[in-house]
Amino acid sequence: MTSEPLLSVRDLRVEFSTSAGVVTAVDGASFDVRRGETVALLGESGSGKSVTAQAMLGIIPKPAGRVTGGSIEYDGRDLLALPATATRELRGREIAMVFQDPLSSLNPVFRVGAQIGEMFRKHRGASRKEARAEALELMRRVGIPAAEKRLDDYPHQFSGGMRQRVMIAMALALSPRLLIADEPTTALDVTVQAQIMDLLARLQDEEGMSLVLITHDLGVVADVADRVVLMYAGRVVEAGPIREVYEHSAHPYTAGLMGSLPAIDGPRERLTPIQGAPPDLLDLPSGCSFRPRCAFASERCADEEPVLLGAPGRPAPHSSACHHAGKVLTDAP
Amino acid sequence: MAAYVLRRLFFSVFVLWGAVTIIFVVLRLVPGDPAYIMLGPDADQAQVAALRAQLGLDHSLIQQYATYLSNVVRLDFGQSFRLNADSMSLVLQRVPATVQLASTALLVSLLIGLPLGVVAALRANTWIDRGISVFSLLGQSTPSFWLGIVMILLFARGLQVLPSSGSGSWAHLVLPTITLALPFLAILVRLTRSGLLEVVHEGYVQTARAKGLLESTVILSHALRNALIPIVTVVGLQFGALLGGTVIVETVFAWPGVGRLLIDSIGRRDYGVVQASILLVATIFVGINLLVDLIYGFLDPRVRLAGD
Amino acid sequence: MTSTDLDLTTTAVPRPATSTRGRAGSARIRFGLAVIIVYVVAAAIGPWLVRFDPVATRTQDRLKPPGSRLSDGSLAILGTDQVGQDLLAQMLQGARISIAVGLATLLLAGTIGVTVGLAAGYFGGWLDSVLMRLADIQLAFPSILLAIFIAALLGPSVVNVVIVLAVSNWVTFARVTRGQALTTRRREFVDASRTLGAGTWRLIRRCVLPACIAPVLVVATVEIGHVILAEASLSFLGLGTPASTPSWGVTIANGRNYLADAWWISTVPGIALAFLVVSLGVLGDALRDRYDPRLRSL
Repeated sequence: MTSEPLLSVRDLRVEFSTSAGVVTAVDGASFDVRRGETVALLGESGSGKSVTAQAMLGIIPKPAGRVTGGSIEYDGRDLLALPATATRELRGREIAMVFQDPLSSLNPVFRVGAQIGEMFRKHRGASRKEARAEALELMRRVGIPAAEKRLDDYPHQFSGGMRQRVMIAMALALSPRLLIADEPTTALDVTVQAQIMDLLARLQDEEGMSLVLITHDLGVVADVADRVVLMYAGRVVEAGPIREVYEHSAHPYTAGLMGSLPAIDGPRERLTPIQGAPPDLLDLPSGCSFRPRCAFASERCADEEPVLLGAPGRPAPHSSACHHAGKVLTDAP
Repeated sequence: MAAYVLRRLFFSVFVLWGAVTIIFVVLRLVPGDPAYIMLGPDADQAQVAALRAQLGLDHSLIQQYATYLSNVVRLDFGQSFRLNADSMSLVLQRVPATVQLASTALLVSLLIGLPLGVVAALRANTWIDRGISVFSLLGQSTPSFWLGIVMILLFARGLQVLPSSGSGSWAHLVLPTITLALPFLAILVRLTRSGLLEVVHEGYVQTARAKGLLESTVILSHALRNALIPIVTVVGLQFGALLGGTVIVETVFAWPGVGRLLIDSIGRRDYGVVQASILLVATIFVGINLLVDLIYGFLDPRVRLAGD
Repeated sequence: MTSTDLDLTTTAVPRPATSTRGRAGSARIRFGLAVIIVYVVAAAIGPWLVRFDPVATRTQDRLKPPGSRLSDGSLAILGTDQVGQDLLAQMLQGARISIAVGLATLLLAGTIGVTVGLAAGYFGGWLDSVLMRLADIQLAFPSILLAIFIAALLGPSVVNVVIVLAVSNWVTFARVTRGQALTTRRREFVDASRTLGAGTWRLIRRCVLPACIAPVLVVATVEIGHVILAEASLSFLGLGTPASTPSWGVTIANGRNYLADAWWISTVPGIALAFLVVSLGVLGDALRDRYDPRLRSL
């Protein structure tokens, strides 16, 4: 693992115009993804994590959504400044994505072999036969049994887990250097979830690629991620090495999530869920967005928006966007 | 697939049987003696008696229905007293002209309507989209008999570049085709636009973009193929309106097809020919819809593979 | 490790706005309504202001172009027809017929359709199957052909046109009502009323029928344009209103024989007809988008 980042997101802002008004889905998010590492992007729905991923790929739904600020530097080039044709060529080839729901993400009217093979045909100019052979090889690699028989099946003929394997095969086709997986196991059975996570971890290891794992599920992340970036209401609220953040949460939101996570060792009295409702992006409070749900909230939190700073007294890569980070660290169990 | 085809085939036969039955019921529901109505007030007693015997009007309704069905199956709609020929063969003579007109109109509608619909969807809520929408609304709302007359005024009488009526050359086909195609084309534009707008937010379109495909491939291959599935069914049903439209367009442009024969025969109270024409057009329509169902199955593997 | 779901409650997820709904549709609704009100007012009081006598013939005023002075000194704004009738008067009379036929047809088709739809949707079972197969057959049969066939047998008259068009248009009403009745039947408040001993008739009248009103009205607005066009087409073919009742279709058909000398007889009523149908289309679409986007495929 080298320290030079492969991808560097700086002050990213994405806005969506809805019938009810303009919503800032991502509000000044910054984080890095280094070569070969796994970064977990964690947050509730509406926290901006999926929109951040769409921005990284340049596939924000237009004309409703648009990037209004910041930069996304990939391998030294700012993706947001590149012409559309250049970012399109990076998609699939350098940066690939696996989506949450494999049923709706696969085209229902094309055979899976053709959908995987399309990567080779369109990006590499492969012949139909070559593409088919490559697709077969990939399907075997992601562990689809009887792959040569299933090559000509349609997505609806596969089980959820197998469909996600097809999606992963498609994403890995051109050996990308960065794979973004947006809630890859959420739509799947619990038993299948672990298999898919194992597959992703194994493939990442084999390919040496970077992996951005977008999830709302703390449990999924713990075993595989190197670092975690927590998002809340479009902002990054805490970031750092995963053990460090788990064990020494420096943001009340993270601390709250830890509190609502059942402990593995021994029973706890009761789960303490985070109080209050998730934020309404159309009507965010002044200052810190988490303020209404926060036990540490003070007047300063209403007046001044906290910025992402190094967590006080903790080793360097750990940062938090909270005025009371020090207090949160000492109060935590 | 075989089960699916068989199911659709069965439904088609069922619909045709329904159409035949509706004609029978309507003929018996209309007050008065069917033979007398069919022949008109100036028929003589001998003619009425002959037709009564042919229709089996002295027997029970069920027997009449059986006689009627067996006549229909044998394509026997009786002699046309006025044209002195077999009713069905009179209609069959006119079929090529109608098929030529309807298929040209269908082709023109598809070639113009689909691209316009795609453009409107891709440029949704811009002035291009609004322009296309206004055109489509006008196309759907303009009475085709009036449009035909206006075009005759403009191109045949005013500019004198195209013939106003009759058939024979490609020039004769131009005005009737435009008149017949416009309403169908307008509906096609609307359906394509809304169908495409519905699928562009689907996950698989996002996947196609994430795969780094050209935007044209994303839309024309991944999105349109899915958008076409519901469109095809409605297009099949709307094709009935196009076939019905041939009656009007053929009347306006004196086009020698089944539609004009139908209207002429109604004027002459030649009901054998009327029944034969209507059942023939209905058969064409049912046949087209059977074809549409097969295309539907081809486009959507979920339908095709459901029975297997 | 047990997973924790962070989606605690429903969040205000930003949804990409695909179309501007709500307020934006009100301009279209206002436009459609305004035009329709003008037509209805013209149809209601116009024939009193500009007298139309169907049997009058004034040979000296035949085929006068729009804006001509007539022999009695009056101004023929839209010109005269082949028997010297004022075209404006004729068109106002025609508006009355078109709108009356349209409304009467919708009333009849709506009554048949809603009754069938309620029966099919509420009772279900074999009744539903039979009625809906019947609807399928009719849909699989070009409705104008059915109308032409029935009209040909019945002969041209205003009442017959209404019957013919109602017979070929009830299916849409039946399908929409059935769908609505099916969903309403399963709702809790209907079950609750049933438990409290409400009878079938009362349940249909008090619970199911009210739920059908909005979609049926939307369908009626979308359909009335089609009905008016169909009436004009039938009349044009000589199968609709009789020649003594000058609906727009009849006037346009009459003008066909005088295209060389008097273009206005056929063109002007067509413009009036098309504009009315366009406005009804705009209104119908806007209402559908606003109240029931599910009906989009109509």
